[in-house]
Amino acid sequence: MFQYIVRRILIAIPVLLGVTIFNFLIIYMAPGNPVDMYINPDATEEDIQIKKEALGLNDPLYIQYFRWLGNILHGDFGISYTTYEPVLHIITERIGPTLLLMSVSLVVAYLIAIPIGIISATKQYSWTDYFTTTFSFLGVSIPPFFLGLGVMYVFAVVLQILPTGGMNTLGNEGGFLDTLFHLIMPVFVLSMGIAGSMVRYVRSSMLEVLGQDYLRTARAKGLREFVVTNKHALRNALIPIITIIGMDIPILIGGAVVTEQIFQWPGLGQLTIQSIGSRDYSVLMAINFSAAIVVLFSNLLTDIFYTVADPRIKYN
Amino acid sequence: MSKSILEIDKNATIETLAPLVEIQNLKKYYPIKKGIISHTVGHVKAVDGLDLKIYPGETLSLVGESGCGKSTTGRAIVKLDPPTEGKVIFEGQNLSEVNGSELRNLRTKMQIIFQDPYSSLNPGKRVGELLAEPLITHKLANHNDAIKKVDDILEIVGLTKHHKNRYPHEFSGGQRQRIGIARALILNPKLIVCDEPVSALDVSIQAQVLNLLKDLQAQFQLTYLFIAHGLGAVKYISDRVAVMYLGKIVELGKTEDIFKTPKHPYTKVLLNSYPIPNPHLRNRERLVIQGDVPSPANPPSGCSFHTRCPFAKAICREKTPDLVGNHHSVACHFPLT
Repeated sequence: MFQYIVRRILIAIPVLLGVTIFNFLIIYMAPGNPVDMYINPDATEEDIQIKKEALGLNDPLYIQYFRWLGNILHGDFGISYTTYEPVLHIITERIGPTLLLMSVSLVVAYLIAIPIGIISATKQYSWTDYFTTTFSFLGVSIPPFFLGLGVMYVFAVVLQILPTGGMNTLGNEGGFLDTLFHLIMPVFVLSMGIAGSMVRYVRSSMLEVLGQDYLRTARAKGLREFVVTNKHALRNALIPIITIIGMDIPILIGGAVVTEQIFQWPGLGQLTIQSIGSRDYSVLMAINFSAAIVVLFSNLLTDIFYTVADPRIKYN
Repeated sequence: MSKSILEIDKNATIETLAPLVEIQNLKKYYPIKKGIISHTVGHVKAVDGLDLKIYPGETLSLVGESGCGKSTTGRAIVKLDPPTEGKVIFEGQNLSEVNGSELRNLRTKMQIIFQDPYSSLNPGKRVGELLAEPLITHKLANHNDAIKKVDDILEIVGLTKHHKNRYPHEFSGGQRQRIGIARALILNPKLIVCDEPVSALDVSIQAQVLNLLKDLQAQFQLTYLFIAHGLGAVKYISDRVAVMYLGKIVELGKTEDIFKTPKHPYTKVLLNSYPIPNPHLRNRERLVIQGDVPSPANPPSGCSFHTRCPFAKAICREKTPDLVGNHHSVACHFPLT
């Protein structure tokens, strides 16, 4: 197992390099550059060229890439082209709110989706089942910007019980209850979407297992139906569910770009949008780099959890 | 041979004892659903009016073609699949009136060995956990006692106590069936329904498992309902045999009577269809039938075998024959002599 993990980490290095090359090309080849985006309209062509030269933007792409890679290896993520702050500082500042929002959303979504999926499967083709599948269908299909604006209208504009956006009320930084209030709407919007698809996955995975012979064996032992479903069936239904959860982990970092934007959540998603708009190359590269690491890491984590859920899976 | 009641006193007929299980007019219908509103358009009559008594200590075999309702009967008897109609009386207790925790407690007395040893063991649990679970659930043992009992039972079925830390997929088919037997046995039940316990196994392993079942019966005074379609195994293990056709019993009697002097044409056909290894012993004039088993969704009128029976007469199409006779009963208007 230890060997397997080491091997997977070693394989991850070339993958990560490949990802950074692609990201670099896509970002740098997009029309425009940081200087064009932030230039004073009165600046002369000469000024622009001096600025570009100073930032190294006139060098060939591969030289710029290797310079970036060299800096990364020294732990230097560079400086934002727009705010002149160190990139690492910007990201660490933004990662907290995103982690908070996304982890709460994921936990809420799973707490709702897994029991509902199990109930829906054990009562297949009942009214409960139809009701939950319809709702999960709605959860998946309603776009977050629409649902976001909808709940904002109802709870912030009409009822005026929840704040429209942000993470804290201005001048009231860091209050736990205050943050909780600000969390409610974005968490609702995000978890609806995540739970919607999760219910379907749990349901179909459970349905497959519920037809298995060994559950009849479990009933023949005289076990309660609750134990049969939740101990014998769920355990074996976990493999596909773990896969889905593993694919959800990267959004902890990636954030929900649209939802963060709607609710003015000061997280990485919002930062991504802003950086794309201002062609802030160094910030974008850092965001993508960390996202790639999280994706690779959660894939590894998923594979490790397979062995926990199913003893027939072994790596060596 | 196992020490069945038959052998203890050759003169006493088993029917004088109080039955352990009494099945009265058992019916199991599965609805056939069609259309978007899934209305019921008919029923598959898997078991259609079955009467049977199982006496303590005996091995009663239930034989018949695939799809004749053998396994359904077995599962209905232990109420894993509740019957549509009819009664199953186990030790004087009507199982249709028993539910919930009462039924779960009864499971300590009636167990089932499943046909497929590959799919009937939970792949996610160690053998030790699988075997100890019923003991813990029914509070028959604490953790340490359970471990000891698991060790014992594994030895009894011919495995070793070291096997308890392994997962089911690490065993062969025969070993897995031994685990299935150990699982059924660990609660020390009175009745074990053996639902084709050897048909998924290699022939060489079949004999081992059959011998194991016989030894266990002698050791623990078990009563078996042995469901099978392999007649060799049936002949070897049973005291009495019940022949089923389309959800009904057509012939019932002691094993030797059934095998030597079958009375129902279907039993004769069934026996004839069993290959005899020695060519000199093969009966040249074999009774063969044509066609397939009729659909249990729409069984023939009268005697359900009349569509394939070479001796069918007009009355067979109209009147359903009753199962008659004392020790060797048959449901046929024109039984063979």
